[in-house]
Amino acid sequence: MAFQVPKLHPNALVAISFLMLLVFAPACGSSSTTSSTAGSTDSLSGSLTVSAASSLQGAFTDIKAAFRKLHPDVNVTINFAASSTLAQQIIAGAPVDVFAAADEATMNKVTDAKLLSGTPTLFAANSLEIIVRKGNPSKIASLSDLSKSGLIYVTCAPEVPIGKYSAQVLQKAGVTITPASFEPDVKGIVAKVSAGEADAGIVYSTDIRATKRAADGVAIPANLNVIAKYPIAAIFKSGNNTAAEAWIAFVTGTAGQSILKSYGFTSP
Amino acid sequence: MSINAQFDIQLPEFHLAIELALAEGEVLAVLGPNGSGKSTLLRALCGLQPVDNGKILLNNIVVDDAELATFVLPEQRHIGVMFQNSTLFENLSVLENVAFGLRARGTKRVVARANATEWLERFSLEQFAQRRPASLSGGQAQRVALARALATNPDVLLLDEPTSALDVRAKAEIRRDLLRLRQQRPVTTLIVTHDPLDAFALADRVIVLEEGRIVQSGPLDEVASHPRSRHIADMVGLSLVRGEVRDGALTTASGARLVVPADSPSGPSVASIRPAAVSLHRAEPEGSARNAWKMTISDLDRHPERVRARLNGPIPLLAELTPTGAEALALNVGDDIWASVKASEVTVTPDLGS
Amino acid sequence: MTRLRIGRNRSAGLQRPPAAILAIAAIAIAFFALPFIGLLWRVPWGDAWSLLTTPSSLTALRLSIETSLWATALSIVFGVPLAWVLARYGFPGRRIVRALCLLSLVLPPVVGGVALFAAYGRRGLLGDSLFDWFGMRLPFSTAGVVLAQTFIAMPFLVLTVEAALRGLDRRTEDAARTLGASRWYAFRRVTLPAIRPALIAGAVMAWARALGEFGATITFAGNFPGRTQTMPLSVYLALESNPGQALVLSVVMIAISFGVLLSLRDQWLGGSSTSGGSR
Repeated sequence: MAFQVPKLHPNALVAISFLMLLVFAPACGSSSTTSSTAGSTDSLSGSLTVSAASSLQGAFTDIKAAFRKLHPDVNVTINFAASSTLAQQIIAGAPVDVFAAADEATMNKVTDAKLLSGTPTLFAANSLEIIVRKGNPSKIASLSDLSKSGLIYVTCAPEVPIGKYSAQVLQKAGVTITPASFEPDVKGIVAKVSAGEADAGIVYSTDIRATKRAADGVAIPANLNVIAKYPIAAIFKSGNNTAAEAWIAFVTGTAGQSILKSYGFTSP
Repeated sequence: MSINAQFDIQLPEFHLAIELALAEGEVLAVLGPNGSGKSTLLRALCGLQPVDNGKILLNNIVVDDAELATFVLPEQRHIGVMFQNSTLFENLSVLENVAFGLRARGTKRVVARANATEWLERFSLEQFAQRRPASLSGGQAQRVALARALATNPDVLLLDEPTSALDVRAKAEIRRDLLRLRQQRPVTTLIVTHDPLDAFALADRVIVLEEGRIVQSGPLDEVASHPRSRHIADMVGLSLVRGEVRDGALTTASGARLVVPADSPSGPSVASIRPAAVSLHRAEPEGSARNAWKMTISDLDRHPERVRARLNGPIPLLAELTPTGAEALALNVGDDIWASVKASEVTVTPDLGS
Repeated sequence: MTRLRIGRNRSAGLQRPPAAILAIAAIAIAFFALPFIGLLWRVPWGDAWSLLTTPSSLTALRLSIETSLWATALSIVFGVPLAWVLARYGFPGRRIVRALCLLSLVLPPVVGGVALFAAYGRRGLLGDSLFDWFGMRLPFSTAGVVLAQTFIAMPFLVLTVEAALRGLDRRTEDAARTLGASRWYAFRRVTLPAIRPALIAGAVMAWARALGEFGATITFAGNFPGRTQTMPLSVYLALESNPGQALVLSVVMIAISFGVLLSLRDQWLGGSSTSGGSR
């Protein structure tokens, strides 16, 4: 009656794995095809995968456009997520050429894993601001206002840089708050405050600028503020090191820096 | 309980227009092909389908009136219904099925079960009490459904194709049960069927439905001998012969002998013969037809496309001829004539009645 | 085509699927099996027990089980009548209503979460009324988790139960009515038992879906340990800080779901009851 499932021959396993690779490869946005440079005025070509902290989304998207004008043969893919997530992916072997993190500690994890081809360069700084609902209906003027009763404050888990920084800021200000939620990344905080479901959070100045006035910002005094410094580095295993270096050079150069400024970043 | 109904229902396919009256205890068979509106008539009577026009009265009480906007819900009409292909509740045992009606009306479980057991015993079904309906044969299931419909002591019984999809033996058993029931306690009954044997066995009167209209009504004999359409003729034209089958022949109470197919089981039986299977001859036929009797023509029903002759004799029969055939024989009422039927044209059903 | 096959394996030959189909099916099986095998292979089994019994894991596990059971209960209470209406009543616009009720099945759950904000959030259509009447805020609360899970999971139950109701012989209910049963009695004693296998299957599927719900939950209810941090959220967040714990939690979720699916097949979907006169 019942038929037997044939035992998988080792060759079959290989074949299946190959098939699975075919299925998955395009989804990974894989890197590393340094192909011929013939016929191109620019020496750079191939594909380049950049993993960048979520807060860099706007700026890096613009930088990508500018970079492509200069190097039209390079196919750039940028993967935006929390720095910690990205570091985790890189350590797990994700095919990435350049990593731009939102803090040095996260970059250090990748350095410690001996996955960098050089030393990280600081390319931008981002200060923190209180994000409040549009028009600031809860009338928040300072950090101490965040402990008002009934106020819904959201943050990120301490593993995420922004979670760690905001905890530092609040500690310095001597403010104790029970957050309503530990969002997985900055976008979660911004989304909940912009939607009006949460009253406040602490995020990067750049994030507030990126909401295009869907939420407002309240400045944090410099003495209490934490300035996040953004490191960038090429990954050792990159199949396209020349393009990776070119990207880093572009980001740290004048063109890249002026784009970053327009998004609210400052120089490190 | 009496039934008086005069109503219209607009169906997607056709219009059902009904006018009928049943006296207390009367049994009416509604004959008609599939899709003639029989089941809709039944659903209207028991309250599963409201009428669009007209009204229905049970015991002279209005249960459905389109103008007065009166409508009595099915659970309050006290009508027992046996649906086609039994609709037993699969999740309940046979006993629980029969007890269902009483339970639904609020009778205590113990009382309802005791009552249901009695009904099962009456139908000799008590050995199935704990079985699930799925494990019953078609005939057993249908008889359980009948017991279930009767267990609430309804004033009216509606039977929807009670014997369709059953084998010959099971059909006969259902008919026997219904006949016994009539003898014990006459219940006003309406039988919807396309099997004329149901009507022959059980009904006082028939109505014939075609495409939503009553095309003929009256006592079965009358409808059978004067069918108003080809369709009715085909449906009700059977001649029935009661008797005892032994050694391939049926002997009637009056001693007449009818040769039946050799494989017919012995015992009390009903033989049915289609009118078209009866041949008429001026002289005694010779040869293969072993069933031949001298008869007298008592009635002739002439139609442009057929002629029906009612024959009196040892075995009363209905015969049907083409008009040309009738002309050739120059038939007249009162004539003596020979009738013959091939044994292979005779259908035998075990007779479990009375 | 119609070549005669004579031999001792005749019937076996008829039942064996063609080799090509077998091969493709084997690939599909491997496709499903490999990720789980890979996961099991990665789990730090030595620390598994201690990782699983950390307070944060246990809290997430308990919250997940509680909320998913609530979501299942709500799905049954509201889903069965909804399925009934969809299956039985031909009202104008039924197809639109039906599509609407099943929309969350195909929607990205995050979109579902955003939509929930729009309805039950603080600035949503009902948000203020909910607060005024019940003093209740759904976002960032356990009730919000249940709501998000119900929103995503209920269509599974509605679909299964509706199909079962459509497949039911309505004459069985008619028979019950003529026997004196009110609509409600007929529903309780006849319809409900008849659709029970589908109801159980639908409820289990809804429950499994609620247990695994991530997107709508994190969007609508946020993430707070013990209040809104369910297993999937906990797994996602632990992936960064504590991959070992994430793997162990994943395996626990897989084990629970796998066990449920196995029992579902055997007990309710496979060999349906043939419990004849055994009493």
